[in-house]
Amino acid sequence: MKSFFLALMGSFALAQMPYERLLDAAKEPGNWLTYSGNYQAHHYSPLDLINRENAGRLKVQWMYQIRGRQHFETMPLVFDGVMYITDPPSDVTALDVRTGRPLWHYRRTIPQGVPVCCGQVNRGVAALDDQIFVNTIDAHLVALDARTGRVRWDVEVADYKTGYSMTAAPLAIKGKIIVGIAGAEYGVRGFLDAYDAKTGKRAWRFWATPGPGEPGNDSWSGDSWKRGGGTTWVTGSYDPELNLLYWGTGNPAPDYDGTVRLGDNLYSDSVVAVNADTGKLQWHFQFVPHDVNDMDSNQIPVLVDAEWRGKPRKLMLFANRNAFYYVLDRTNGEFLTAKPFARQNWAKGIDPRGRPIPNPATEPNATGALVYPDDDGAANWFSPSYSKRAGLFYVNVREKGGIYFSTKTQYQPGRMYLGASKRDIPTEEPYGALRALNALTGDLAWEFRVKTPPWCGVLATAGDLVFSGTMEGDLFALDAVTGKFLWRIQTGGEIWSNPISYRSEGKQHIAVASGSSLIVFGLD
Amino acid sequence: MYLRVLGSVWLTAIAAAQPPAATSAGESLYLSQCSFCHGKDGEGGRGATLARPALRHAPDDAALRLVIRRGIAGTAMPGTSLGEDELEQVSNHVRSLGRRPLPPLPGDPKRGEQIYRTKGGCARCHTISGRGGSFGPDLTEVGAARSAAYLRASVVEPGADVPRGFVQIRAVTKKGDRITGARVNEDTFSVQVRDASGAVHSLWKAELSEMHAELGKSPMPPYRGVFSGSELDDLVAYLAGLRGTL
Repeated sequence: MKSFFLALMGSFALAQMPYERLLDAAKEPGNWLTYSGNYQAHHYSPLDLINRENAGRLKVQWMYQIRGRQHFETMPLVFDGVMYITDPPSDVTALDVRTGRPLWHYRRTIPQGVPVCCGQVNRGVAALDDQIFVNTIDAHLVALDARTGRVRWDVEVADYKTGYSMTAAPLAIKGKIIVGIAGAEYGVRGFLDAYDAKTGKRAWRFWATPGPGEPGNDSWSGDSWKRGGGTTWVTGSYDPELNLLYWGTGNPAPDYDGTVRLGDNLYSDSVVAVNADTGKLQWHFQFVPHDVNDMDSNQIPVLVDAEWRGKPRKLMLFANRNAFYYVLDRTNGEFLTAKPFARQNWAKGIDPRGRPIPNPATEPNATGALVYPDDDGAANWFSPSYSKRAGLFYVNVREKGGIYFSTKTQYQPGRMYLGASKRDIPTEEPYGALRALNALTGDLAWEFRVKTPPWCGVLATAGDLVFSGTMEGDLFALDAVTGKFLWRIQTGGEIWSNPISYRSEGKQHIAVASGSSLIVFGLD
Repeated sequence: MYLRVLGSVWLTAIAAAQPPAATSAGESLYLSQCSFCHGKDGEGGRGATLARPALRHAPDDAALRLVIRRGIAGTAMPGTSLGEDELEQVSNHVRSLGRRPLPPLPGDPKRGEQIYRTKGGCARCHTISGRGGSFGPDLTEVGAARSAAYLRASVVEPGADVPRGFVQIRAVTKKGDRITGARVNEDTFSVQVRDASGAVHSLWKAELSEMHAELGKSPMPPYRGVFSGSELDDLVAYLAGLRGTL
């Protein structure tokens, strides 16, 4: 009787997200508790109420419009009747998930002139116990009271004046909030931080470019490691059993001029496995040693346990910005396989240990170097999705090249540190495709082409559907097994976000940010 | 291969617009801080085109300095930490991109205007200062946005670089209707096409039996061989002088 009453009225009194709930996210298929839906970063919904039979009848249930004009990239969290979203630059809103009406706002005043390469955006919050955590564009981590949005604590993670900024959602683990940093286009030194969730005190820092005396420091000429980038601006994944955090790292700085940073430039363009208690590096795998094409590896490491050539193994799947799909052993970083999933010309191949054979013709020069993919990558921050049910890994792919001219660059704090200018390829019509890959081999199962290279993630569901969106505003649903087109709606704005799914009042919903609207879809 | 040849023509045309002068402080700042998004010559890309006489967010020099210092809220244009002197240097360079002095050109712009209106028949499809046809691009500021070499190449071989919004679409509906015209818009599921009469056709791709985007082709006839060498010089001199109202 009590639960019936709660359901009828809605109830926001709980607002408790103990670590155990995050750990057992699979037990709450109706909620969306972390950035990628679970620690393994599957970005997958186990709900099947919306499925191939009824997807054609999806309708808008409610919309919420934000004030900002920046790209609306939020990944909502949904639990206990509340949806938590961020809107740019660094605001947080709690919405009544039944009606779409706001319960509270956190509005942050941002100083003038925060240097950010690519927009003052934010991709979402983390929840732990009775708090909501948000990273801010001026590089603070803020803890809010989940019931009211009032500030509990606010700590500076780094000095924004030197080019640091934060756009990613934090990741909550046991007692700690893990945060990544952006700013490699300004020559910052990348790191990954952990903060005590109760006090805001920093628990550890992992520097993504090693200092003197540390292993890997000799992969940088001179003191170039000090401004070497390797930022951590997309939320990673976590294996609670191994107690390892997995995080992608960004380009070395300056992005396009390798002459001032000879060497492999560890741990840029890598995935790092970091002990969650200590911040100590367990292993690393570098996708692009000595990158000169801005091949940030800030994509999401997807963790899967599966049989690999007859033996059960703990795997990591990684669809990299560099156009290769990788499978690694996540216990030790062993390279298992890589296969291109998009057009590329920067590598002549990948050797048996996973190291690329670079193509020197793609290094920026005075007359223009033609590079595929361009610096926005074949994949980027937008989320892929893994369906164990289908055995497929879904990734939105950008098919686009660029022409890169070398320019002089000199490091100055807070200033662009790039070393190139870019032109699009005249007469080329770039395009996009949602590709379904065999999760273990990277072989293409099917693709669905879209007009423009997308900036939208993919959501697969147990209803055998995949949802994604386009730059022209279409949100669409496909058959997850065959790729057959099932449903679309024109939302009227560019979709720069990741769709999610949750259950409210017994019904499944799909939520996505489009233009300046958060839109929720469901069946009547 | 075809694409690459066209590309190199285009790049050569753009490259010809670059002044050979020594790099100024403003240009150095521009190249390191701005050119990745706005292009080496302000031709635009991820960022706005700056090689034009009037800038939407910066009607005057003070506004331009403010935009460079603070960025533009609601866009990806970031603020900077440039000092006063540097702001002035880089804003002067940005202004110069849209006010490149007219290089000495062999033709006579007055005669060029006559050719534009008579033998060329250009006004049937192009607008200058609010007058003319709408099928082709507006040429009111084309002299500021494009080099003389680019303009000459475009007259002789219009397909070398077709501006966005003028890509030609050839579509056939399942009912057998044929529609040809400029692509006004396109998404994954639909396309909107403006035909030569100015009528806009709204088409669902699922209802088409064929659709081709004719990249590298322009509905403008190539004028190679139509004009004498001196007529072409005159026309280019006229077009290069079209620099808007500033």
